[in-house]
Amino acid sequence: MSVNTNIMAEHQLDPNQWIKKYSGYLFNYTISRVDDREIAKDLVQETFFAGLRSMKNFEGKASERTWLVSILKRKIIDHYRKINSNKGKAEVRMTYNSSEESEGDWLEERVADPYASNAETDIENNELGLAIHKCLSTLPEKQAKIFRMKTIDNFDTETICNEFDITSSNLWVIIHRARTSMAACMEKNWF
Amino acid sequence: MEDTVTKKSYSLFIPCDEANHVCDKSQYKEASLLEKVKLSIHLMYCKACQKYTKNNTKLTKALNDKKVDYIKDSEMNELEKQFQEQLKDFSKNQ
Repeated sequence: MSVNTNIMAEHQLDPNQWIKKYSGYLFNYTISRVDDREIAKDLVQETFFAGLRSMKNFEGKASERTWLVSILKRKIIDHYRKINSNKGKAEVRMTYNSSEESEGDWLEERVADPYASNAETDIENNELGLAIHKCLSTLPEKQAKIFRMKTIDNFDTETICNEFDITSSNLWVIIHRARTSMAACMEKNWF
Repeated sequence: MEDTVTKKSYSLFIPCDEANHVCDKSQYKEASLLEKVKLSIHLMYCKACQKYTKNNTKLTKALNDKKVDYIKDSEMNELEKQFQEQLKDFSKNQ
């Protein structure tokens, strides 16, 4: 029976590939919502752990990424709850600018709204980031790694060549292929 | 390091593969002036490479967008390390 469902399932989980394939995407998704690199990293990490623990609940109806994002969403909400429980403490420290005028203004109006910074351009940039990561994850592993190093981490050609033990012409061919598929993918998903 | 993709050509007219290579390099600001001149000459008459260059530039712009935050390679490696440990523990308990 279980074999049967496995065959039926459209999608399967492969935790070994998770970090490479999805950490960029999930990180980008998180950073636009929590605005703190360290917290974002922790949340992404927790998501992967939680994913690992609940692997048997995966029904194969959604893609791996969608499934992980749904876990991440819950993690982010938990995070909001946690920081909001400290609201009481914040209340003591807060002082209103002019106590008379703003009397009756309640604290909630002053607490930073996590969505407030998401002006239209921010949303757009966030989506752009997600589109980029989506496309990056479609590249073959080595290509993606080299492309990331060259383009995002801005390593110079020589360093990458040494690391992977390839010639610079190899590198440029890889970069060319990566750019071609990235451009095609972005064309479809973004531009 | 010698760049072996770029063939030594003394002509100002270059074939498409070389044009694409120069275009790729110029995305990382690694193309020389002469190469860029050759590319522009090539682009004057080659529709296919015009299209490639256009898409390539668009891609670079998108990737360089300052507001897109990427996870660093080192951070990713750290995540990977921690996750592998977790994975080991996990498969032991299975």
